[in-house]
Amino acid sequence: MMVTQKGGKPGNAGTLFRVMQDDAKTVDLPADLTEFDVKRMYEGMIGVRAYDERALKLQRSGRIGFCVTSFGEEATQIGTAHALRDEDWIVPAYRQHGIAMYRGVSLYTMAAHLFGNTDDAVVGRQMPAHYTFRDKNFVSASSVIGSQIIHAVGCAMAMQYKGDSAISAAYFGDGATSAADFHSALTFAGVYKAPVLFCCINNQYAISLPVEKQSGVEALYLKGIGYGVNSLRVDGNDVIAVYEATREAAERARNGEGPTLLELLTYRAGSHSSSDDPTRYRSKTEQDEWAKKDPIVRMRNYLQKLGLWDETYENEVWETWRDKINEATNRASEQPEPGWETVWENVYEEPTPQMIEQREEFREHESHLERTNEGEFPL
Amino acid sequence: MATMTLVQAINDGLRTEMERDNDVIVMGEDVGLNGGVFRATEGLQKIFGENRVLDTPLTETGIIGAAIGMAIYGLKPVPEIQFADYTYPGFDQIVSELAKFRYRSGGEYTCPMVIRTPYGGGIRGGLYHSQSPEVYYTHTAGLKVVIPSTPYDAKGLLAAAIEDPDPVLFFEPKKIYRAIKGEVPEEHYTVPLGKARVVQEGTDISIFCYGAMVSVCEKAAEKAQEDDGISSEIIDLRTLTPVDEESIINSVRKTGRALIVYEAPKTCGYGAEISALIAEKAIDSLQAPIKRIGGFDTPFPYTLEYVYMPHPARVLRGIRDVMGYE
Repeated sequence: MMVTQKGGKPGNAGTLFRVMQDDAKTVDLPADLTEFDVKRMYEGMIGVRAYDERALKLQRSGRIGFCVTSFGEEATQIGTAHALRDEDWIVPAYRQHGIAMYRGVSLYTMAAHLFGNTDDAVVGRQMPAHYTFRDKNFVSASSVIGSQIIHAVGCAMAMQYKGDSAISAAYFGDGATSAADFHSALTFAGVYKAPVLFCCINNQYAISLPVEKQSGVEALYLKGIGYGVNSLRVDGNDVIAVYEATREAAERARNGEGPTLLELLTYRAGSHSSSDDPTRYRSKTEQDEWAKKDPIVRMRNYLQKLGLWDETYENEVWETWRDKINEATNRASEQPEPGWETVWENVYEEPTPQMIEQREEFREHESHLERTNEGEFPL
Repeated sequence: MATMTLVQAINDGLRTEMERDNDVIVMGEDVGLNGGVFRATEGLQKIFGENRVLDTPLTETGIIGAAIGMAIYGLKPVPEIQFADYTYPGFDQIVSELAKFRYRSGGEYTCPMVIRTPYGGGIRGGLYHSQSPEVYYTHTAGLKVVIPSTPYDAKGLLAAAIEDPDPVLFFEPKKIYRAIKGEVPEEHYTVPLGKARVVQEGTDISIFCYGAMVSVCEKAAEKAQEDDGISSEIIDLRTLTPVDEESIINSVRKTGRALIVYEAPKTCGYGAEISALIAEKAIDSLQAPIKRIGGFDTPFPYTLEYVYMPHPARVLRGIRDVMGYE
């Protein structure tokens, strides 16, 4: 399946790479995917959704302070994750936790981050949704929009320099295509032919701003062409299409044929974060329209047509995920918060004399005090 | 030992470190074929090739951001930002990403790299080729800030910065790139970060300075000694983060007087931090108020650069002010 087009040639804004023909009566399994693969992807998408549902419940009941869900964007995570190798570096934004789950990060380790507890890999320093999993090549996420895109290029240049077979993949949203580092990243990648994938998750909104007010060009993949970066637009709710496009782009990158920008067209079905209320800026009708194109529903129909799906299977998958997730979050909720000394750790390899002085002053005067309520020490 | 200018020592230091470690990469605008606009990287591309000395596109946020990506993957990039004034387009990458990667990832990812950049006035560079932005970076946890003032220190501090496990901003005083010569060992050596240098010992007043201001202070101190018999102790801070607090406090305890000289605008400049430090920890030793001599609280002028920059006469007046306090 040839899905890419040569960089430098103007793309066709009307074309959208898609595999799933939702109205087709019968479908065939693509040659490069087994029944095991497609079921694994389906189960992976359900896992992300079940995890997000749980996170949101925990936030709404006040057990965690904040969360970011990825409802509706599951195919962009699982489709790309399935196409990449474990050695490849994921340089994520804050809505790609499904990739970490798919790479096998334990649900307890994921949940520990939601609670920012003592087992949180980032020691409770970042708001939930800013995961880091070094052993899974899942790089630390920033809150700054777009700043990670150029890091992925630097990683890829280092991979190129060292002659490694790994490639890197940057993830970012439609809003990030306005940020300075989208441009610096595509500039660098175009010049150095870095083995990097730019996965632009066009979920239609940057908090409240719709994509048509974000960009003067309707299809965001067209931005890549100006940098000499091979670019295409993919149905981001079609997990098979996402997989196929990513696989081919990854192969090109690994063969020294340079970077690819994949605009994955999807819809942020949930809120921007637990602090956001989308009813202020978009209609119920619009949300209902997109719900019909839900990536999990579409994959379910696809599997059904392949004879790989029934109700029992569906229930079993959901139940297994929910049980495991609940167990993990329950366990995580019982863990204590990180020790106060950790505030001064990991700033530098060794703290400066000034930091040590500050820490010791806190140790002497405040460290033994119980907090009276959120964030206060007794007077 | 060879006699080198400061910029030659930087060049020699880069070459020495690149020979020792294949992971050291030099990158930046015009650093390859052209050898850098100040020639700090002259000849390196010829020796190490285009994939180790990268002529980059003109985007500072791209240079620093790409270097961060290389550093987290395991290389040791030494990006050059052509003028310290142009670290501002890369400011977000420096303060939000570079400085915070270790902390925000729980120590999983680190960015050992050195951003080299010429700073300060003295070359008739006007507003955008003369600034001293060091305190923007000393105010950011996670960064180290180093400023050499001699060829020997330049090579030794650069080597220490490249070996350091944390990101370092290495500000080079371009005014004295070629004005100062000194003996520099040809082999690898380091000058430790976080340690100030006593330029000359004295008993009456402590003068704290760094970069191009060190030689300005030396001239003023010499005149003060000749004319007024004042014995000045000059301390070259060399590293602003982490600051060598002990050397500062010990010197003030000895002399009882403090003068701080720097090129950046006086208000909230690094002298403010040193003043506060002395006031917090050694106020009981002071025999006179602390004095700061800095650049003025204006943008950096072109034609009237000589008015703006602290010069020996202003420093001499500062010494006399502090000594004359009754």
